[in-house]
Amino acid sequence: MAEVAAVIASTHHPFYYRASTATGADRPPFADEWVAKIERFRETLTRAEPDVLVMVGSDHFHQLWLDNMPQFLVGKAPFFDANFYNEEREFGLPRMTLRGEEDLAAHLLRDGLDRDFDLAFSNELRIDHSITCPIITLRPQADLPIVPVYTNIFAPPLPQPRRFVALGRAIREMVESWESDKRVAVIGTGHLSLELGGPRQFGEHGPDPEFDRRAVEWIASGDVEGCLAEVSLESLHAPGNATHGFMDFMLMMGVAGAGQKADHVDTLDLFHTMEAYFTWYPNGAPA
Amino acid sequence: MSRYLLDKFLYTVDRDPELVERYREDPAGTVEWWEAEMADRILNCTDDERSTWLEFTEDERRALREHDHVTLFQMGAHPFLTLTLFIALFERDHGPLEYQKAYGAAMAHISLPYPDIAT
Repeated sequence: MAEVAAVIASTHHPFYYRASTATGADRPPFADEWVAKIERFRETLTRAEPDVLVMVGSDHFHQLWLDNMPQFLVGKAPFFDANFYNEEREFGLPRMTLRGEEDLAAHLLRDGLDRDFDLAFSNELRIDHSITCPIITLRPQADLPIVPVYTNIFAPPLPQPRRFVALGRAIREMVESWESDKRVAVIGTGHLSLELGGPRQFGEHGPDPEFDRRAVEWIASGDVEGCLAEVSLESLHAPGNATHGFMDFMLMMGVAGAGQKADHVDTLDLFHTMEAYFTWYPNGAPA
Repeated sequence: MSRYLLDKFLYTVDRDPELVERYREDPAGTVEWWEAEMADRILNCTDDERSTWLEFTEDERRALREHDHVTLFQMGAHPFLTLTLFIALFERDHGPLEYQKAYGAAMAHISLPYPDIAT
């Protein structure tokens, strides 16, 4: 059976690519510290020696639209082209093409449906920065096949937080029941407190540093129950109007498992939002 | 109130470089053309298989014509769509992050709970 070599949860900051590649006067003052943290984070994936990446993210109204909106969707295709015109325009992100791992995608779809997750699927999916940002930060050579898993954290009505956790638990079990000798890393990205298009956007810090502190503690300590007790679809409006992206972190807590302390925890307090990086090694840290 | 149609306008303009420029230069003409030609277009169907019932209210037309992101927010247009498109329209006229900060400051009088964005 396949092995979960690493579980990784991260924010996906679309400005990292531009900040990290900028030089001279264009290079922001926080870029060097940011790059150093990302390089340490990248090493946690490299050490796990993965063969395949399951990538959990959320389409930002790119290919998925309100006339036909899935709640959870698995991409099953031999290739995934990536990034969109408005991400090139606003963030300077490059166009990319990633290979797909169709056998694992088919397994997740069949097994997921049989576990009562009515997963949608796509055989031609162009992926966006929720998945390409962690490729750029964690695996910039973009050489591993992926299975994208999209969640709806964006277009209400949304699934409940407990469904994100439950899907994460199921993904962990499903990967471990995949008949393969591959090493799989499950990587998911979301947000801590975040405001987009509202009065609290682009401040000196994230819109709710206290929420961020508690969120990092929940994730780092694997406190799934504590998090579920505090977080609801309603409560997530308070820390910032885009904070429902935190539910992708909750999904990743489900993948990592209740009570599992993260092996790598790091944060970076930036303007507008706090960055946060977590890695778990379910079978012990690699040598 | 047609939040879906507001979102559809913002979405279809934002993803098309020519429409972004057209909406910047001629907002009234673009909104009129879009409602006549695009509002009923189902994005994943052929042109022959259109909807028959989508239209803006006059207040919605006015908010779009006036590039009024504050009113769009109060109407429950999806804040991510509005922000992304308006950055494309106006960031070029400002210094780094100046537009984004002013965009938020213009809404400083709005407090929680924010308008519902469900469609």
